[in-house]
Amino acid sequence: MVARELFVRCRIRNQISYSVMTEYAWLIPLLPALAFGLTLLFGRRGPGKGAYIAIGAICASLVMACALAVEWFIAGGSQANRGLYTVSVPWMPVGTGAIHTGFSIDALSVVMLLVVTVVASLVQIYSIGYMHGDPRYPRYFAYHSLFASAMLALVIANNMLLMFISWELVGLTSYLLIGFWFERPSAMRAAKKAFLVTRVGDVGFLAGMILLYIKTGSFDLFGKEGVFENLTRLDVIGPFGLPLVAIAGLLLFCGAVGKSAQFPLHVWLPDAMEGPTPVSALIHAATMVAAGVYLVARMYPVYLADASGTALQAVAYVGAFTALFAATIGLAQNDIKRILAYSTISQLGYMMASLGVFGYVAAVFHLMTHAFFKANLFLGAGSVIHGTGTQDIREMGGLRRHMPWTYWTFLISTLSLCGVPFVTAGGWSKEEILAVAWHTNRVVFAAGVFGALLTTCYMFRLVYRVFHGQPRNTQIHAHESPRVMLVPLVVLGFLAISAGYVGTPWANVFEHNLLPVLGETYLWVLEHRLEGMGHGFNAVVFAMALGAVAVGIALASLIWLKPVLNIQKLQPYFGWLARLVANKYYIDEIYQATVIRALMAACWIAFKFDYWVIDYAIVNGVGYLTRLASQLYGWFDRTVVDGLVNLIGWTTKALGNALRYLQTGVAQHYVFLTVVALVIISLAVLVGHYREEAWIPIAGFYR
Amino acid sequence: MDPNSWILPIITFIPLVGVVIVMFIPKEKATPIKVVSLVVSLIPLALSVWLWAAYDRGGPQFPEGVQFGVRVPWIPSLGVNFAMGVDGLSVPLVFLTALLTTLSLLYSFIIAERPKEYFWMFLLLETGMLGVFVSLDFVLFFVFWEVSLVPMYFLIGIWGGPRREYAAIKFFLYTMVGSMAMLLAILAMYFSPEVLRLAGQHTFDMIAIAKAHPYAANATIAALVFWGLFLGFAIKVPMFPFHTWLPDAHVEAPTAGSVILAGILLKMGTYGFMRVLMTMLPQTFAHYWWIIAILSLIAIVYGALVAMAQWDFKKLIAYSSVNHMGYVTLGCAVAGSGLLAGEQSKIIALNGAQMQVFSHGLLTGALFILVGIIYERAHTRMLSDFGGLGAVMPIYAGMLSFCSFGSLGLPGMTGFIAELSVLTGTYNASPLVAGLALIGIVVTAAFMLWTVQRVLLGPVNPRWQNLPDADAREIISLAPLMALALIFGIVPSHILATFNAASQAIVGILH
Repeated sequence: MVARELFVRCRIRNQISYSVMTEYAWLIPLLPALAFGLTLLFGRRGPGKGAYIAIGAICASLVMACALAVEWFIAGGSQANRGLYTVSVPWMPVGTGAIHTGFSIDALSVVMLLVVTVVASLVQIYSIGYMHGDPRYPRYFAYHSLFASAMLALVIANNMLLMFISWELVGLTSYLLIGFWFERPSAMRAAKKAFLVTRVGDVGFLAGMILLYIKTGSFDLFGKEGVFENLTRLDVIGPFGLPLVAIAGLLLFCGAVGKSAQFPLHVWLPDAMEGPTPVSALIHAATMVAAGVYLVARMYPVYLADASGTALQAVAYVGAFTALFAATIGLAQNDIKRILAYSTISQLGYMMASLGVFGYVAAVFHLMTHAFFKANLFLGAGSVIHGTGTQDIREMGGLRRHMPWTYWTFLISTLSLCGVPFVTAGGWSKEEILAVAWHTNRVVFAAGVFGALLTTCYMFRLVYRVFHGQPRNTQIHAHESPRVMLVPLVVLGFLAISAGYVGTPWANVFEHNLLPVLGETYLWVLEHRLEGMGHGFNAVVFAMALGAVAVGIALASLIWLKPVLNIQKLQPYFGWLARLVANKYYIDEIYQATVIRALMAACWIAFKFDYWVIDYAIVNGVGYLTRLASQLYGWFDRTVVDGLVNLIGWTTKALGNALRYLQTGVAQHYVFLTVVALVIISLAVLVGHYREEAWIPIAGFYR
Repeated sequence: MDPNSWILPIITFIPLVGVVIVMFIPKEKATPIKVVSLVVSLIPLALSVWLWAAYDRGGPQFPEGVQFGVRVPWIPSLGVNFAMGVDGLSVPLVFLTALLTTLSLLYSFIIAERPKEYFWMFLLLETGMLGVFVSLDFVLFFVFWEVSLVPMYFLIGIWGGPRREYAAIKFFLYTMVGSMAMLLAILAMYFSPEVLRLAGQHTFDMIAIAKAHPYAANATIAALVFWGLFLGFAIKVPMFPFHTWLPDAHVEAPTAGSVILAGILLKMGTYGFMRVLMTMLPQTFAHYWWIIAILSLIAIVYGALVAMAQWDFKKLIAYSSVNHMGYVTLGCAVAGSGLLAGEQSKIIALNGAQMQVFSHGLLTGALFILVGIIYERAHTRMLSDFGGLGAVMPIYAGMLSFCSFGSLGLPGMTGFIAELSVLTGTYNASPLVAGLALIGIVVTAAFMLWTVQRVLLGPVNPRWQNLPDADAREIISLAPLMALALIFGIVPSHILATFNAASQAIVGILH
């Protein structure tokens, strides 16, 4: 009964009842957490060596997420303003109050829940085939369950603390899964790199979170006492002449830059491809890396409250730059997974840029479609690797005939990624981003269109190299993957087309449900910013996007399918550029030479200082001086003090020795001495008699 | 007097009874000696659990009052009493002491050399440590403080590594210097006119002294007293730049000695900060808080950097202790700062400091046991010698990874709550200091992960192909530590409520 009273139930804006499903949404992350414990402890003896426990849990979560999605998007479509559901319990007592934790359900959470559970369950099913026979098979599924649990907790957290905790835990599972084959030195290094680089960003997240807490007095996002309702308290000028709210936004964005692999913290994601390919599909393409986008989207009121717009501009330009930058690198890679990794970085850049130009809905929409088609591409790549045993596209070719299912699903998702309008999901979401950018920021728009062209080039290069032409390595006998791997491919391929129809410009169910998430105040700000932007279909934008895709496909076909254009001829003029791009602009080498070296030097200097200055010179020095002083004192004691004592003794002894010679025992000597003494005394008396003054002092003394 | 006032003397002196019992067992009977010691140490553990359960979080806090208090005149002519009592500050520490002693004794069953002396000294050490945390009279406090020093000296000096004599003497002398400064400061407080006025006579009673605020009117003498006490506690913590005895002592100490050293003995220093410095000389503390904050900041960043440059596993953990204890003293400094605003954030900082004390005791204690386990098998601690143990010893690898992530402040474990709280409190006092401390977080993660990599990951070194995995005794020694770090990390409300009461009382003195 007491526990029931402890619950602080906040139902915001309108008092309508929520379904049982919404009230029990906390079970969605909890089930995989339980599966994690069970699989870790009893996995080897469990059903399917633990795989079925994990898959059962995530499928149960999937069913609940689907029920929520139906409720919030379809059944609730008519009552878009129903507002969010949030429950908090006290977690940390502080003084007389407490810091709360809890969960909330709104349209944004539901979208994320759906994306994560769909992709996670498909990837886990796929892993049954892909990871078959691995010695640490149960542990693999345990880690997957932990990841799912943390990721799902992240998207339903109603406070920054729980968000940060889950955020770090997904980072942990990413570390564990990248380094799953930890015997390989490259895998262990990649795992460490991923954790550390993202942690650099996380420090920004932490600082931003603390800043918001200090100023608003709450970690909770919603409610009267929550962060979003009290952002005006941060509307004061802080350091660098920026309002504090912009600083908070920028700090939070640091976390997003790390997690979503934006420039300049993108370096960990390509290396993270050392992990098993299903892991790359789930964590490093579809869900965890999108958490940075989710963070900015969830904290969007903070960015909207920044009247200076600095934070959002940073988001926009970092995103747009990353989108282009990573796409160029993708053109020059030869590892199938690395090409897809750079593509992921580039697409995350699109989402960030979209958020930066007030394309809130478009970013989340692209997050969703990207999750489906990119997971499909990675799983397809996994199927290719499974079938050929190599990741190098220079060794592949002609796989279309051997792996038809893989080929067709891969092609569908490639088209979706390129953003082919009208028929693919990626088309709808990318065009929505471009439409917003067209209205608010033409620089970002131009980058987006050019990025779409580059995307098409590198993706079709990949498709042509892998699936078309003739096999380049005759040693490889490719075979199609087992059915347990193909079913997820087909499902995701279907989603890569169909998921876009929830957000067409004519009937945008997605936008209709998602916008109210911001709350009335910030929704008004957003609409104010987007004032004058026509709703519905923007023909100019669609034409330009379509043109970019068409040019891209044509260019790729002419270079890599039917080699009409021979790019080898450019070698003498642009060879340096090709090397620069192929070496990823030497960013890793620059970090190695600057940050890493500086850190190691600082460690070494600190250690030497500690050893030689503090310990050796000061502490041991004091010890040495103390010993020296005591030795000096010992010497003084032995020589001077004791010496004086000995001197007296020695003198006495010497005197005694001298006088000893008088004691001869011969009577004649004594008589002789007596006579001599008598003579001397007599003489003295006689002399003294004449010099009486000489005696006076003594006589006077006695007188 | 409290009807349960028997509990604290019993908890404190039961190990001393154990010492006597062990002394009567012939030294050839190693197993009975070990079992008797372990069983004896279980009694204070059980009683300390009961103590924490029976402790009333809403009840009086030092210096307003204490719980389970006992007070008997001891040397009336000098104003010395046998006074004991606990509040929210000391109850968790009593439990931590009892727990770590029991687990250390269990782990020490492998000791083959002179087990009789080893085990009775360990029990004597427990009495000393418990006594420090429950004493409410400075004479008693000082006696226990010194009593805890002697067995540790012998534990390092007899059962230690190759340079044990050097380390033991360094440890003893360094701490002794601090003790002497502290003793002088205690005597100065004893003779202070404020105490005389309040108590009617000169007294060593800690509650009376805390209520009297000695030398509140005389800033010069108060500063001298403050820095004397500070030296005593700072050496014990150890704060930068008084920390260099720690790596030597840790490296040479036997495993269980390191566990107790890191887990409890260092905490006596921070306990002194909170119990003595912040409550008895609050104005002086508020005046000089920034010096402590800067030294703590240096300890956090510098400790992490130096740890990263180590190649000896145990020395690395020792330096990570310097880094972790930096958060404790930073939390204290901020909580006792003279800034008038932000009582709430000061309480957060002090809660975080206490949490870090507890968390460091659990996780660093566990890490020292883990180092001991690998040293027992491989007879080396050089990180470059290892590699690939994750495939050879999966259970060990799981436990080491768990504790390393806990130590680097992974959310979901106690260390995160501690660091978050301290940083939040610090941010309010000085965003710059908090920002610089964040550097320490990244470097801590770097050296912890690098250590995990060098020990567990990579290709298996064929030398270690046949190392046995952790056995039941080792797992039982570690499991409670890891379980508590996890449970209190996920559900911190209970333990924080205990800390919170004490923090409110301490911060309330200035407000």
